[in-house]
Amino acid sequence: MSMSEGPKVLPGAETEKEAIDVEARPKRSGGFFQPLTDRWNGLPRQVQWLWLVVVVVIAYLLPILDIPIVTTQPGNDWALACFSMASYALIAVGLNVVVGFAGLLDLGYVAFFAVGSYTAALLTSPDSPFVHIPYLWTIPVAMAVTMFFGVVLGVPTLRLRGDYLAIVTLGFGEIVRILATIIPALKGQVGFQNIGRPPGTAADGEPIFANSNGTPWYWLTLTIIIIVLLLVGNLERSRVGRAWIAIREDEDAAEIMGVPTFKYKVWAFAIGASIGGLSGALFAGQVGFVNNQKFDVQTSILFLAAVVLGGAGNKVGALLGGVIVAYIPLRFTAIANYKYLIFGIALVLIMIFRSKGLLPARQRLLAYGRTAYRRVTSKQGHAAPPAATDAGKGAAS
Amino acid sequence: MLDLLLVHPVSANDWISFDIPSLIQNFWSATFDGLTFGAIYGLIAVGYTLVYGVLNLINFAHSEVFIVGAYAVVLVLSALGFGPSVPNLPLSSIILDLVLALILAMLASAATAFVLERVAYRPLRKRNAPRLVFLITAIGASFAIQYTIFLVRGANAEPAVTMFQAQPVFDVFGTIINSQQIIIVIAAVILMILTDQFIRRTRAGRGIRAVAQDPDTATLMGVNKERIIIITFVVGGILAGAAALFYVMLVPSGVQYNGGFVLGVKAFAAAVLGGIGNVRGALLGGLLLGIIGNYGQILLGDSQWTDVVAFVILVLVLLVKPTGILGTSLGRSRA
Repeated sequence: MSMSEGPKVLPGAETEKEAIDVEARPKRSGGFFQPLTDRWNGLPRQVQWLWLVVVVVIAYLLPILDIPIVTTQPGNDWALACFSMASYALIAVGLNVVVGFAGLLDLGYVAFFAVGSYTAALLTSPDSPFVHIPYLWTIPVAMAVTMFFGVVLGVPTLRLRGDYLAIVTLGFGEIVRILATIIPALKGQVGFQNIGRPPGTAADGEPIFANSNGTPWYWLTLTIIIIVLLLVGNLERSRVGRAWIAIREDEDAAEIMGVPTFKYKVWAFAIGASIGGLSGALFAGQVGFVNNQKFDVQTSILFLAAVVLGGAGNKVGALLGGVIVAYIPLRFTAIANYKYLIFGIALVLIMIFRSKGLLPARQRLLAYGRTAYRRVTSKQGHAAPPAATDAGKGAAS
Repeated sequence: MLDLLLVHPVSANDWISFDIPSLIQNFWSATFDGLTFGAIYGLIAVGYTLVYGVLNLINFAHSEVFIVGAYAVVLVLSALGFGPSVPNLPLSSIILDLVLALILAMLASAATAFVLERVAYRPLRKRNAPRLVFLITAIGASFAIQYTIFLVRGANAEPAVTMFQAQPVFDVFGTIINSQQIIIVIAAVILMILTDQFIRRTRAGRGIRAVAQDPDTATLMGVNKERIIIITFVVGGILAGAAALFYVMLVPSGVQYNGGFVLGVKAFAAAVLGGIGNVRGALLGGLLLGIIGNYGQILLGDSQWTDVVAFVILVLVLLVKPTGILGTSLGRSRA
């Protein structure tokens, strides 16, 4: 959508108020959940928090409730399915920082997931000759290691623009997968067994975080997701987040306005990578086994599908996308073989018909700007035409 | 294809070691093998380069255009009675069968490219979508085609079809060059020259150059942009079909639903190496990448290193000289 298509006050328009009314209606920004989103945004802050608490409680109870139609039983264990959904959601939130906020197309995200998994495996599995540390400590270590990898990959490649970056990250993903096969210390297909778990044993002597027991793993992951969402949300509202959105919308303009684009792109890459590593470590712990088989390009694209499906740039959307991408093949086991086909077609259709996903990114900053502008202009009486919406409409496309 | 490679035994304790004597010993055979593979990369790379030149889009689904052609070759040849063993047919009928397979593969690939353009990219152009949207669509389309093939033909590689016994022809520096290598390289070079001349001399080629330089002005000057874009995709598809035949000739049992993806990425790397948007650069880049990948494989001692070397070269080229060796010249040099 070009910049000139925004509404303008034409000489023929009767009053300026009419023009503002027309522009105040959200026309193109909607999603499937637009009425819901509108009502949500209309609620007072306290009520929003109350509802969030309810949602969180339900989310925590999810593996225990085992709702009849929703459940993935008998095909797949419901608690493990919950864990799977949660880890996809966490990955989608991480990838959303890179793709959704900063607009950098990363097709090798699974590499960070792999690095996180291998870090956890190398530091806890009895098969590895390295120093062994308690499992919970591997989570921060895995985050640090993947963040390092993110910076190492980002510094040379982030000087490239858009589509070149996509192909280089794709190559990086493949390199990590191939190295996992070639390097003897990483044990290729044999992999690492008996990866550590958080401490604690139940009354019957079984460890609480057993590989077959999805519920505690799900709770752990959900807690981590909530923490990550709070942190990412704060980042999004901070100077860093504003810089990311500026880079996503127009990198040249951002650079000219004094945003150190390179620095913030590396930031986005590093933070996205560390969240990927975090989920990799959790995954390794839950499965208890890591080899080179799960880190192919297809998985990377599935992660991307999750973010795009939910709505790139909207963390709740990404969360939803991750849950959907994990849930559908588990619930409808008959179609599990077709999942890549379905998500491939879904990617094409979403891009053609609703390129912003189920829950579109909110143009929060632009919305603030518009409100402020309107206040100023209405105080001055009927002064300038509302030109500010031009930017909003242009950016929304 | 990749899954088969995964069970490679790894014995050495050092994960990276440089086997220089082996490289010196196998230098010429590695070079000739590399040139043969490189010619195939080059043919695929033209498809990437043309589409990138005209639309500024990395057409991720081009690897699937290629693999559809490879399936066409295998299916046609098996229907004609070719199998894993060397066919017991007179030379003339083998040539006839191969030409038939070539034409059908070109048709299949070109048709795939055409449908892809119509179904996936055209609606986006109408909506003036941003480039990221195009790219994600391309990936989605690539996946959709890949897994459609998966559903129809299954996960296993197609049974091998051997076209003919490779005959030794020359002896260069103590290394034998066989008839397959000669056929592939010469055919690829001829096809590239034809493509180059097509773009330089014909009316449609002038249209392609015009749209690559400036789509809007080209439209104002009476160029039918939509038609030119279709032609671009179809030309890329035809060359991918030819590449498919040569690929099956070289790797008779290498046709698998996801076999195109990595090959496609390497072909794109070849296009970037030679200078994206440049048809001659695509061939040069392909040949270079083929040779360097082969050297890397022998030097480092595992066939999987070919991919790693190719990706590392791609990154290095992009960092040092993003315009590639011959520069971007389909239209004018572009940002």
